[in-house]
Amino acid sequence: MICSDWAWVGVQVAPLAWLLLGLLGLLRVNSLRFVAHGLFPAGAVVGVILAVCAWRALGAGSCATVLPLGLPDLPMHLRLDALSAFFLLLLGSVAAAVSIFSAGYFRTGEGTAPGLLSLQYHLFLAAMAWVLLADDAYAFMVAWEVMALASFFLVTSQHRVPEVRRAGFLYLLLAHLGAIGLLLCFGVMQGGSWQFTFDAMRAAHLTPGWASVAFGLALFGFGAKAGLVPLHAWLPEAHPAAPSPVSALMSGVMLKTAVYGLLRVSFDLLGAPTWEWGAVLLAIGLFSALFGVMFAAVQTDMKRLLAYSSIENIGVICAGIGLAMLFQGTGLHAFAALALAAALFHCLNHALFKSLLFLATGSVLHATHQRSLGKLGGLIRRMPWVAWTTLVASLAIAGLPPLNGFVSEWLLLQAFLVSPALPLPFVNMLVPVGAALLVLASALAGYVMVKFYGVIFLGRMREPQLEQAHDAGYFERFALVALALACVGLGLLPSVLLGRLNATLGLLVGSTTTAWGELGWLRVGAASHASFSPLLFAIGIVAVMLGSFLAIRRVYHGRVARGPVWDCGYPWQDARMQDTAEGFGQPIRQIFEPLFRMQRHLPSPFDAAPRYQVTVEDRFWYLCYQPVVRWVDTVARTVGRLQQGRIAIYLLYGFVTLVTLLVLVL
Amino acid sequence: MTLSALLTQAAAVVTAAALAPLLVGWVNQCRAWLQNRTAPPLLLPYRTLRKLLHKDAVLAESASPLFRAVPYVVFGCMLVAAGIIPSLGTDLPAGRAADAIALVGLFATARMFMALGAMDVGTAFGSLGARREMLIGFLAEPALLMVLFNVALISGSTAMPVIVDRLVAQGFAVNPSLAFAALAFVMVLLAENARLPIDNPATHLELTMIHEAMVLEYSARHLALIEWAAALKLFNYACLGFAFFLPLGLASEDTGPTALLLGATWLAAKLLLAGAGLALFETLSAKLRVFRAPEFLAMAFMLAVLGLLTRLLFSGGVA
Repeated sequence: MICSDWAWVGVQVAPLAWLLLGLLGLLRVNSLRFVAHGLFPAGAVVGVILAVCAWRALGAGSCATVLPLGLPDLPMHLRLDALSAFFLLLLGSVAAAVSIFSAGYFRTGEGTAPGLLSLQYHLFLAAMAWVLLADDAYAFMVAWEVMALASFFLVTSQHRVPEVRRAGFLYLLLAHLGAIGLLLCFGVMQGGSWQFTFDAMRAAHLTPGWASVAFGLALFGFGAKAGLVPLHAWLPEAHPAAPSPVSALMSGVMLKTAVYGLLRVSFDLLGAPTWEWGAVLLAIGLFSALFGVMFAAVQTDMKRLLAYSSIENIGVICAGIGLAMLFQGTGLHAFAALALAAALFHCLNHALFKSLLFLATGSVLHATHQRSLGKLGGLIRRMPWVAWTTLVASLAIAGLPPLNGFVSEWLLLQAFLVSPALPLPFVNMLVPVGAALLVLASALAGYVMVKFYGVIFLGRMREPQLEQAHDAGYFERFALVALALACVGLGLLPSVLLGRLNATLGLLVGSTTTAWGELGWLRVGAASHASFSPLLFAIGIVAVMLGSFLAIRRVYHGRVARGPVWDCGYPWQDARMQDTAEGFGQPIRQIFEPLFRMQRHLPSPFDAAPRYQVTVEDRFWYLCYQPVVRWVDTVARTVGRLQQGRIAIYLLYGFVTLVTLLVLVL
Repeated sequence: MTLSALLTQAAAVVTAAALAPLLVGWVNQCRAWLQNRTAPPLLLPYRTLRKLLHKDAVLAESASPLFRAVPYVVFGCMLVAAGIIPSLGTDLPAGRAADAIALVGLFATARMFMALGAMDVGTAFGSLGARREMLIGFLAEPALLMVLFNVALISGSTAMPVIVDRLVAQGFAVNPSLAFAALAFVMVLLAENARLPIDNPATHLELTMIHEAMVLEYSARHLALIEWAAALKLFNYACLGFAFFLPLGLASEDTGPTALLLGATWLAAKLLLAGAGLALFETLSAKLRVFRAPEFLAMAFMLAVLGLLTRLLFSGGVA
């Protein structure tokens, strides 16, 4: 037990410290220096402390406490166990890096006043920590709503821009639709006992039907926050609107709190998940992954591209969880542990590389004031720190060995490989084929990342003012390098984290896996089944690279001359002849045409100033959202007829109601 | 790790590095014969490599350090891949450190770096080549992985030496899923190695080239490494195909140098045949339009998935 330990104290104090830092911002609301060089670095220190405490708490049992706060008959309960410790580790480490970055990022003081921004930012962090610690429905929902509201204000920090307000509204709307789902879900899970602590929910025995209803509501509620298709509509709007560190936190951490909630409800509170839930989640996850990555491939705004890529990654994580449920529901606990380990590992991976990518777009935005991919290019020569760290994250998110993205992909594919052992006829044939979709999505992610990286950082500068772009400042560099090193480190030595993860797996599926042997090795099943050592692998590649480099220098020479670009001898090259983002996405648009809603405006041959325009839109917007909006609108109009604006009519309503009630009662 | 294992390992890597240009020379020679041209010398690729290594490198003014690193990364990936694939014998220690999924990852890494390098200089051809290469890659990679899944399900392992050992032990039972997988694999091989009908290795016609468009800006030692890596890729793919679908004469565990020599003889024979077959196929087929390439690869992907389904159907779904 660690209840008397400093780790448990630290985990409780960290959110309070963040809250305090946020409130301190109100002391000097307009002082950018105080906020940037005082509060944000302090917030980063709190993040590091939280991460260290969570690391210690991971695998050291669980602790609970009751706060003298909350409703009269329902005080707030806090609890730390292996599942929340893992997500607190994720929160602490990413928050530390993002806070350091923010110390250098918020320089101009446009939009929200710095002090207010700091309050919202730190409240957001604290609320996420409370979501992870909450042990009753009331505390959970309060923290969940604080998190949603704080992030809403952060998203709309540039509230003078109409699109930002629109994006903020959409985000708030979907967040609250999701929250309604969660409220109903908790209502179902108390199971007639009217006790809203999580302990009571664990003890409540629901019928399979009601358990499935609860799972469906949880899937809706947490899916809206995580951005599962078709509840993803807010992601591509809110991420470009928010300041980059906020996008990094939302995509890197907040989406994971939804994953946490889904795991908590389905594996812990509802007891054992059934395989049908797993099949549903697997299907939704795989579809989200493919959908997200295809849309990412056709985007022209760098932050929208990353937002769609987040949808893809959440899809991959949910596919892993779905697979784990399939195994768990059929009693294959060891396989469930493998799939769940892949999903959890991917959560941390995605938090690291996606926040790095969002932070990098922030640096690019600062240096160039351009978010559109069509006006960037060649920045590797002006912003080497940002470019090289982004390269690491791009390779990692594309799932290339020996970086961390590959480890989770490897684990997940191994889990798919054992799925023919499922004791369900027909399902055990379909599930392995799901691996084909997963691999297709991850190969497309490589396509997307070549586009993202190539168009921003490689090639020639598409606009002359990019020559003036400057590299990131010291705070920003520090954060970027730290995140990139974390990606490499997790990739090379995954067993360090995976070994600790056994406690979480034991808690959720009652089995640990033997997927990791000694340092730097991954093993699944028996010795001959599958093994992979990223460390030896990396050493091999680096050795060959260095060997060939040195051998060529030694035997031949290393002379280099610089000359103009050759390009088959065509001398009239300019930067506009490179592929644009539209051009790079064109094959995907063409191959998967039925998926997109496209509008093309082609110029006529007689046009003096020809313009070509293509817009790509999401079909779900027209299929799912607009009918609902129209329906709500109609209902509101019908109800609105009651509203006449004349006192006499309202008095009449009151009178009629009174008479009706009297008749009913008497 | 025994001495014989180390010997097998070293032999696999050295053989691949040394023989890969010869395979390219052999295919070119066969093609020339079939097309009634005077054949280039068999050893021409080696001479080209030597010539390129002697020259001074010319870099474009806008080339970044990434551009210079790409040839080494690509070459490194391909040589490491050669160390994983059982070409002469199955007693490969490196096969434990990297399995079939890692092999696909290696090919993907090489491809992605090639594409990034092509975009680095900022020419029209470079980005065109990068786009087309990634287009082919994102369809070929899942197809290849499905082929590997297929054999991995048969053998219950993803470690390459174990897969091949078990396939050999199984003997030549007629296996419908392997037939589908083999067909899909050949299609992937053609696409991934820039052969007809997807890409023409002999063309520099701008509208059609893929691989060549990406390497236009490289010169001297950088070009030599890229060419060598391309030859190694063809060699690796060929050996991968032999290992899964034609595992004849592979030295097994704890066998001495004689078994390795026997394996090398078998390998040479298989390469001779496969090279001639490739040349024949290339002579007989015409190049597809770039936009037909996804259809070709989608078919490969579907065949591989079909193979997987057949496998699951026939095994009753129990691995």
